[in-house]
Amino acid sequence: MKISSELSRFGELRVGHELPQRVFECGNVQLMLYNASLWNGHRIHFDEPYAREVEGYPGLVLAGPMLGDWLHQCVEEWLEDDGRILSIDYSNRVATYVDEKLFSGGTVTAIRAESGEAEVDVFIKNAEGTVVTPGKVVVRFGESW
Amino acid sequence: MSVLSEDLLANIGLRSEPRRELVTRRDIRKYAVATGNRQRKYLDGDLAPPMFHVPLFWDVVELDQLTPDGVSIDTLLPKFPLEKAMAGGLNIDYHLPVRPGDWLTATRTLTDIYEKVGRSGPLIFTKWSWMWLTRMTNW
Repeated sequence: MKISSELSRFGELRVGHELPQRVFECGNVQLMLYNASLWNGHRIHFDEPYAREVEGYPGLVLAGPMLGDWLHQCVEEWLEDDGRILSIDYSNRVATYVDEKLFSGGTVTAIRAESGEAEVDVFIKNAEGTVVTPGKVVVRFGESW
Repeated sequence: MSVLSEDLLANIGLRSEPRRELVTRRDIRKYAVATGNRQRKYLDGDLAPPMFHVPLFWDVVELDQLTPDGVSIDTLLPKFPLEKAMAGGLNIDYHLPVRPGDWLTATRTLTDIYEKVGRSGPLIFTKWSWMWLTRMTNW
């Protein structure tokens, strides 16, 4: 039953298919918990006077790898249990801040019918529509953990 | 003029000793919650989210190994002429799932140091290659 659902989803997939958009808004409690889980003491993530006055940022800076994680979540929530991520390649291009509204999404750019794989361009955008974290993900249908 | 001297560039190729870390349900849960994950298998800690192995190997350093801005001093890196550090990006291939009880071993190699000029002046990029190996429970 599960296999047929995975195969039928892949069979219906077309280049240009858009992944569901998700809104992310990280507050300072979440950012603190994230950096604590990494053992990341970089003051730009929790010391607002330091971030503003010493480093010249407009607020507390989100940790770059968290946006990378959000790209994974965007793809995994779309895949459900019908497939898995084989690889990701992303880069943080623009700084983002606590309480900023950010949006994840993606578009299928290629389908490899023989291997059940698809290539997806993914992004995190800010409220102005600027892509702050672009990435490329390869997924395979019919396999999940 | 380049901010990178020959001495700095000579560090390319440096490789860390292998390090082992144990994957625990508690650490998985904390990571899943902190990243805003909505999938039950991760929130319950039954399976590690895809990027979990990256923070698992973030250095746990002692307080005197932190710079005044709270960044851990990377003992594998030379002192650079620029001070403000930021995360660039990652390119990851996934081969196996990671579950509580697994031991992971990681080695990293400094594969490149290069410079670009951005809007605010020169930027130094360091590029690392990581390899993570898994060993199941009872190793």
